[in-house]
Amino acid sequence: MAILDKDVGVSPAKRGVPSGAAAQRKSARQRKRKKHPPSAWLFLTPWLVGIVGITLGPMIASLWLSFTNYNLLGRQTFIGVDNYVRMFTDDPHFLNAAGVTFRYVLISVPLQLTFALMVAVLLNQGLRGLTFYRSVYYLPSLLGSSVAVALLWREVFGGQGLVNQALALLGWKDAPNWIATPQHALSTIIILNVWTFGSPMVIFLAGLRQVPTDLYEAASVDGAGIWAKFWKITIPMLSPVIFFNLVLQMIHAFQAFTQAYIISGGNGGPVDSTLFYTLYLYQKAFTDFDMGYASAMAWVLLFVIAIFTAIAFGTSNRWVHYAGER
Amino acid sequence: MQAKGRPVTSQKLLTGRAGRATKSEARIRKTRKLIAHVLIIAFGSLMLYPLVWMLFASFKPQDEIFSSPGLLPQTWTIDNFVTGWTGIGYPFSNFFLNSFVVAATCVVGNLFSCSLAAYAFARLEFRFKPVLFGLMLGTIMLPFHVVLVPQYILFHTINWTNTYLPLVVPKFLAVDAFFIFLMVQFIRGLPRELDDAATVDGCGPIAVFWRIILPLMRPALAVTAVFTFIWTWNDFLTPLLYLTDRSKFTVPVALNAFLDSSGASSWGPMFAMSLLSLVPLFVVFILAQKQLVSGIATVGIK
Repeated sequence: MAILDKDVGVSPAKRGVPSGAAAQRKSARQRKRKKHPPSAWLFLTPWLVGIVGITLGPMIASLWLSFTNYNLLGRQTFIGVDNYVRMFTDDPHFLNAAGVTFRYVLISVPLQLTFALMVAVLLNQGLRGLTFYRSVYYLPSLLGSSVAVALLWREVFGGQGLVNQALALLGWKDAPNWIATPQHALSTIIILNVWTFGSPMVIFLAGLRQVPTDLYEAASVDGAGIWAKFWKITIPMLSPVIFFNLVLQMIHAFQAFTQAYIISGGNGGPVDSTLFYTLYLYQKAFTDFDMGYASAMAWVLLFVIAIFTAIAFGTSNRWVHYAGER
Repeated sequence: MQAKGRPVTSQKLLTGRAGRATKSEARIRKTRKLIAHVLIIAFGSLMLYPLVWMLFASFKPQDEIFSSPGLLPQTWTIDNFVTGWTGIGYPFSNFFLNSFVVAATCVVGNLFSCSLAAYAFARLEFRFKPVLFGLMLGTIMLPFHVVLVPQYILFHTINWTNTYLPLVVPKFLAVDAFFIFLMVQFIRGLPRELDDAATVDGCGPIAVFWRIILPLMRPALAVTAVFTFIWTWNDFLTPLLYLTDRSKFTVPVALNAFLDSSGASSWGPMFAMSLLSLVPLFVVFILAQKQLVSGIATVGIK
């Protein structure tokens, strides 16, 4: 800061430059420098170091590692695409983990967004106490990724947990331990993700406020009912926001880790039913120290997320309506 | 009450069958709102019930936790907090302190590094700017797991494991590109005349940044601080990977260790400590409503 202040602050007159031409030349140079100041790089330095040192560098390293056999202690041996081949042909755990994660993403994200949209529409009727309600519904999103809530979930859906106590009151005395049953364990984590619908809901609410009210008024004049208005106005007008939420929550869901780790006690059980992709990747890398294989898994994940995002973008022109476009 | 510049059509609508129709319409709207209130409150209570239940369960003796879904304890006790506090060898105050130090350092790191980069992207000219900007946006969507393994190897090689450095140093290098993006958007919304005036007055880019932009972008900084705090407070994977000494644990890994060491046998103490671990988030939730809502609405962060 000091250097630059001096640089600009010292005027030619002060330095006793007599010639007007020289002063002009100087200020021209200054103007040019102001347009491309070297200090831009000064501002960018932390980010540049970060992107090279701990993002791009490691990405390249990870790509290289995915073609090797490496256990952190020994040497890296190049094994070509063996890791990738092994994944799809010789590792039932991997295929299972991919299946579990797909099921989780494909069920929990649409459910979560449906709840978010329903509650947002319900809230967006000029109700009193909107900000209070919005806060209440947002709270689970804030807490949902914490270990504390995952622990709570483990108990709530446990054998003698809150859910079963409530079911017993309703007359179902021998409800299963949901967490410990392979058919149900994943559902409890899906419910946990749906429970955190507050943050997409806040985005929907912001989007709903952008929908011009005269559209609804015009539709009312034409005799449109609530349903017609919802499907013909709300959904199309909100489609960019729906799209945004969909991409965001999908990317998020593919990377879910903490809840599965805590609820299954770190092993993805029972019988691998909650062995999420990221959890298996973690086990491969840091329990088996199969760093090459884990890196290959990471690249497959990146590839799958990229494909899903591309599908969302590719189909978006069919269902996403941007205002001002015809 | 003739229409003052009102469109004729709406005036037409108000006459004719208007009187009764609007009255019954108003009644319909009123009942619809009432139904909405009831639904929202009922569903909201259902959603919050587990949290409220945990609050009270922390004050219940162990056997009562599993015997009734009711809220209020029949016997109030603070035993859970007493046993939980020293449940895994070190007092929880230790873990809370660790978590606070880590979260606060991360907040400082993100504010520092992201605001610098955002200012450069929003206001300064430099070579390869479009490419670098695209790169920055690209990293927002990048799944963390792609760099997880090599980052671990890197930090392991330079002997940073079992220190807080792998948790906090990346924040000083602007790895959370969301916040750069958020700040770029914000700075773009500030009038350029301010910069120009300051430049005419002899301020260089650094002075403009420090004296003009930074004070004006306080709202964006607040959003960044709030979300960085929440994320680092909740972060489980990174400390799980890098911290091996129990004394260095942050709260989430300490809770995990608690679960590992005592299993399901001591839900009461575990609830008590879980509850305490959520208190800082509640405080942020109460104090930073505005930042939370605007943060989610602008960049859609969780």
